[in-house]
Amino acid sequence: MSATPLADIARGGPTMAEELDIARLRHVRRPHYGRIAAIVAILFLAFLLVRAFAHGKIDWATTWEFLFWPTILWGLFNTVWMSFVCMAVGIAIGLACAVAHASANPVLKGAAIFYAWFFRGAPVILQLLIWFNLALVFPIIGIPGLIEFKTVVIITPAVATILSLGLNEGAYVSEIIRSGMLGVDRGQYEAAKAMGMTNGTALRRIILPQAMRIVVPPLGNEFIGLVKMTALASIIGFGDIVRSAQDIYYSNAKVIELLMVPTFWFLVVVTVLTLGQRALERRFGRGFGTGGAR
Amino acid sequence: MIDVSLTPIVSAVKVGKKFGGHQALADVTMDVMPGEVVCIIGPSGSGKTTFLRCINQLESFDSGGLWLDGELLGYRRVGEALHPLSDKEIARQRRKTGMVFQRFNLFPHMTALENVTEGPVQVLKRRRDEVHDAAMLLLDRVGLAHKAGAYPSELSGGQQQRIAIARALAMQPKLMLFDEPTSALDPELVGEVLAVMRDLAASGMTMIVVTHELGFARDVGDRVVFMDQGRVVETGTADALMSDPKEARTRNFLKTAFPRG
Repeated sequence: MSATPLADIARGGPTMAEELDIARLRHVRRPHYGRIAAIVAILFLAFLLVRAFAHGKIDWATTWEFLFWPTILWGLFNTVWMSFVCMAVGIAIGLACAVAHASANPVLKGAAIFYAWFFRGAPVILQLLIWFNLALVFPIIGIPGLIEFKTVVIITPAVATILSLGLNEGAYVSEIIRSGMLGVDRGQYEAAKAMGMTNGTALRRIILPQAMRIVVPPLGNEFIGLVKMTALASIIGFGDIVRSAQDIYYSNAKVIELLMVPTFWFLVVVTVLTLGQRALERRFGRGFGTGGAR
Repeated sequence: MIDVSLTPIVSAVKVGKKFGGHQALADVTMDVMPGEVVCIIGPSGSGKTTFLRCINQLESFDSGGLWLDGELLGYRRVGEALHPLSDKEIARQRRKTGMVFQRFNLFPHMTALENVTEGPVQVLKRRRDEVHDAAMLLLDRVGLAHKAGAYPSELSGGQQQRIAIARALAMQPKLMLFDEPTSALDPELVGEVLAVMRDLAASGMTMIVVTHELGFARDVGDRVVFMDQGRVVETGTADALMSDPKEARTRNFLKTAFPRG
């Protein structure tokens, strides 16, 4: 029998009418070997992990006991408000730098480039230590003759954290906002100008709302990174959730049990932020097709 | 039809513009009278779009002078020198003109209605509720009142361009500039945009139209200007220029660009 009925016809051989009638045949689905392999591999790894924790000496009851401990919740509160304040500082600085970078004024542009270079270049942990120890070189800060403060009084752990994480975040956020502004079509600037808008109005009403669509996903990413970066502030004595957990395990020696507590809470915070990011994406995706998240 | 006693809306005197070493505009001189419809035709790179963009200052010119409604554009004369105006002054001058772009340039994050009210609210500082009715009338005038709540991405090219015309009209301009308004449209959508423009011309609006639509230029244009290599080569009524061009360059352009026209 030949490969196809048509080949039969071409050769002038007998045509098999029933072979042309394939409509009644059953279609077999393509087998998904890859998915099956992945399920097997993941189940195996999960088994190993569960086995390890089952045999390990982790005392989950202790983790549960401290999950809602007052000092832990206080640390969580500090972590959350510090994240929001640092992000607000970062967005304010980032927006100013992004606009300065796009400006026709070469001095502003240069200042914005220098800022991003400096604060992206130095490690965050160094920036934390430098701000916190500022009193060593500048015992008094302020405007000479007008208003002056003792640096040790002003630069508390919280203030040093806001300054270092906020200024550092501003450098990253400026690059994110700048990329969003570059993603807006030139024709939009022209349409805004053609109707007599000033640069400021065009930026506020036309350019930035469209840039937001591009900016929100990487900005959400930055925010999540920042929430976890606040844990670094524990080294200069800021009472964040990691420090709260450490304070407890220093006295009861349940190290891993207590480290699981902030891990749990960080996952909760990040989940909430991720949902918030999705909502923002939908909000700024209006007019750009369904969902706008593409 | 045109009252010669009136002062021109646009008066260009020897306008020149260089992009690097390239002379984009050279000695462009022309007047456009109130109520007049002037069509500018010419090969690509002839400077017709650049000239249009000079009138609403999306480009600056570097020699000659350009007056809009009796006001020198972009510069202030101080003695024997011309000093550039501030961005704010330029923004104020632009409000007298409405611009319609080849690629529509509607604001994609706003509905059709919001596109139309944006200028009056943000630039003319009018209250949104008092602008609303006038905006709906404009949408109705371009036949799209039923699309007021639609986003530009939900509209066809022809509909987007009609919204863009309504958006420009909302600023109550003295002059409308059209930069190849039908070049980016599918052929079957060209007619609806030209119909809106015909209606606008019939209402007495002063218009300068850079176009490849010779039929429109012939029917609606009071005058047709042929430009080539940054210069005005020939000006005349649409019929005269198209049926009996004086210059060889005009003849060649019409012959190659519109073999049947």
